[in-house]
Amino acid sequence: MSETPRIVKEKSMVVQKKMLAAYYKGLASTGETGQKVVYTFVPGNLTELILSFGAQPVYPEINALQSGMRKKSMEFIRQAEKMGHSEDVCTYVKCDVGMMLKGNVGPTGETIPAPDLLLCSYTGCFTFMKWFENLAKMYDCPVVMLHVPYRSAGEASPAMVQYVVDQLRTRVIPALEKVTGRPYDEERLRTMLGLAAQAEDDMVYCFESAKNRPSPIDGYFAGVYYIGPIFTAFRGTEECVTYYRSLREDIDERIARGLGPITPEGQIEKEQYRLVVEGPPNWTNFREFWKLFYDRGAVVVASTYTNVGGSYDLGFRHDPAHPLETMARYCMSCYTNLSLPQRTAVLSNYVRDYHADGLLVNSIKSCNSFSAGQLQMLRRVEEETGVPVGFIESDLVDPRYFSYANLKNRLDSFFQMLDQKLTPGESDA
Amino acid sequence: MKHQRLDALARADRVLNDLSYGYVQDWLGRGADRHAVGYLPIYAPREIIAAAGMIPVGVFGAGDALDIVKGDAYFQSYICHIPRSVIEMALDGRFATFSAFIFPAICDVIRNLSGMWQMNFPDQYVKYLDYPQNFDPEVGGRFYRRELEDLLENLVRISGREVSDAELHAATARYNENRRLLDRLYDARSRAPHNFPMSEVYRVVRAGSVLTVDDHNRLILDYLAAAEAEPLPDQDRIRVYLVGAFCEQPPLGLLKTLEQAGCALVGDDLLLGMRFIRGDVATEGDPLDALVAAYLTKCGWSSAVYDGDNPREDKLVEDVRACKADGVIFCCPSFCDPALLDRPMLQKRLDEERVPYASFQYSENTGQFQVIREQAGTFSDSIKLWE
Repeated sequence: MSETPRIVKEKSMVVQKKMLAAYYKGLASTGETGQKVVYTFVPGNLTELILSFGAQPVYPEINALQSGMRKKSMEFIRQAEKMGHSEDVCTYVKCDVGMMLKGNVGPTGETIPAPDLLLCSYTGCFTFMKWFENLAKMYDCPVVMLHVPYRSAGEASPAMVQYVVDQLRTRVIPALEKVTGRPYDEERLRTMLGLAAQAEDDMVYCFESAKNRPSPIDGYFAGVYYIGPIFTAFRGTEECVTYYRSLREDIDERIARGLGPITPEGQIEKEQYRLVVEGPPNWTNFREFWKLFYDRGAVVVASTYTNVGGSYDLGFRHDPAHPLETMARYCMSCYTNLSLPQRTAVLSNYVRDYHADGLLVNSIKSCNSFSAGQLQMLRRVEEETGVPVGFIESDLVDPRYFSYANLKNRLDSFFQMLDQKLTPGESDA
Repeated sequence: MKHQRLDALARADRVLNDLSYGYVQDWLGRGADRHAVGYLPIYAPREIIAAAGMIPVGVFGAGDALDIVKGDAYFQSYICHIPRSVIEMALDGRFATFSAFIFPAICDVIRNLSGMWQMNFPDQYVKYLDYPQNFDPEVGGRFYRRELEDLLENLVRISGREVSDAELHAATARYNENRRLLDRLYDARSRAPHNFPMSEVYRVVRAGSVLTVDDHNRLILDYLAAAEAEPLPDQDRIRVYLVGAFCEQPPLGLLKTLEQAGCALVGDDLLLGMRFIRGDVATEGDPLDALVAAYLTKCGWSSAVYDGDNPREDKLVEDVRACKADGVIFCCPSFCDPALLDRPMLQKRLDEERVPYASFQYSENTGQFQVIREQAGTFSDSIKLWE
């Protein structure tokens, strides 16, 4: 682990890095441009709506995970714990609170502007509400709550859709109008939703390319590294459509050439295991964590975490013909807003559709929304599909809960289980 | 009268110490068309359940009375304790005679427990009751009304008989009486905490999570009468408001420890759901609209309810002042996001108001109270000596 090899990147990774750098630079210059800043969350994000008002969205959990990847989260978490936050609670919250207390210097070293509006999209995570209640005490700005009902009975009922639409009409849109000084422009929103749908088609194509053998992508590590992130901040823009079209072309080329996924240390030459992963990744040791997989030729062909911003591969597409209704349905489609039976079915279907050899749960210490119930889901998927299942534990951005040796031991055992299950030659068929 | 106080407490204990819900089984045995409906913390509209001819049963876990074996296989170590004891009890068949379960929207753990219930106990009707975080009657109110209609429709489906408005009004009236009696009990406790120790009041209140509302009303009246007739001797204790224990309940030993350490509990959010609606619910007009209006306008402050323009730290300070508390104890279950994420905000406000506070965490099966005794004792001494 001591030698750090040169990091290998694909064309799309370079493009997405530039886009994100420009995004953070744009944020840092809102003081001069006068552009309004809206803090909101990835699940249930109303990116097109915010952008249609000419405002800039900021996603605190993305700032937190970026801080984790850049080894800054521990300092922020300690700062939040000093002011009374418990060790037990969500580390995204503490990282964000600590970052704010330390001057709100973002992951790229530039200051993130204070919000003009806190838009609490309360979708699939109860802690979101507490998070923004805490921020509301720290920033002097209005807060608007969008309560997105949970799909406990499976589908989104007409009453649930109506409830979200009513809130958009009576709360969210008026709040955006007031903060930006612009009127609601439904035609502009429709155009952006149309662009979102185009990007959604291509993004789903990219993720579903993992059904190929070998898979040309890693649907978890690469999924959160360069396939998914652009989507949240740029959805509804031409730039986003262009990015996913280009990524799709890159992937098509890899499929045509029979290439496996690219990793920071180059391409995986031999796809040894095909895995489905449930749960967020660890960010503080992201590369070390990924390496535990790619060193063994383990490729994640599908993951649920890439659906927290919307379950597009389950069929959802933004529909410009019904702008508010489609945003309501989008919010309710996010993975952590699905019932446990639905989440279990998603996992079982992934195992079958992507011809996975096993299911691995990365259980996150500070994310009850994901973690509560995972052991039940694990057993049920094992019963339904017959594949071996594995269980590891880490945390989002608290490095105290990343134990390399423990993870390696557990993963080694899991890979041994897979070896016993797989007949020779099956995994590279 | 002393034995009458003990008799009332014994009636409460018989219910509370019976993890097989013998009282509920007896009630069910009195008619083939009877049903039991379990509900998790914090709040459930028990009026609807009772009006449907069913018995609402509050499920608060097993406390320290059950060794958890199976439950630990369902939940990671960093998830609070209540779901593992609830699932343990369920797997042991303790809820086998229940027809339905309500999981109120309070946190992600209880939410996901509703899904586990759907997977493990498909014969029981599972209702995740999504309380609106929007308090506009035309928006959140309309949504909540539909939630209540859905609950009622499914209870009617289970029982096979319609529920009239008159039955809903009658049930609401009985729960109004219950709310009034609980207010009376809490007022009495606040006025004379030595005579209404929390270790007693808590049992009397919690018994209402299992007893029918009429039996509970009688129990409260009997306890009040016995306590008022023969008061206990005064004690030299500080007056404390306890915050954070609204869902997973602390073991009774913990409450006794606080009192023994010199802290008289004069305000708290224990068993908050029993007192969630403050005041009467209307007993005329549309009964479901009345319950909706009560939720929108009369629900107390809680970590599970978006506080928006009505900050809960203001409410805490108001409550602390109203019950003349000398200080606040934050007594939160480990890994409870709603309580623990509220704590820094509430503490900041108490600092501003110069209200002293202490904090600790527990789980429902905490068995060692020495550290808490020392902490609470130090807190009590510091207030007695320096304030």
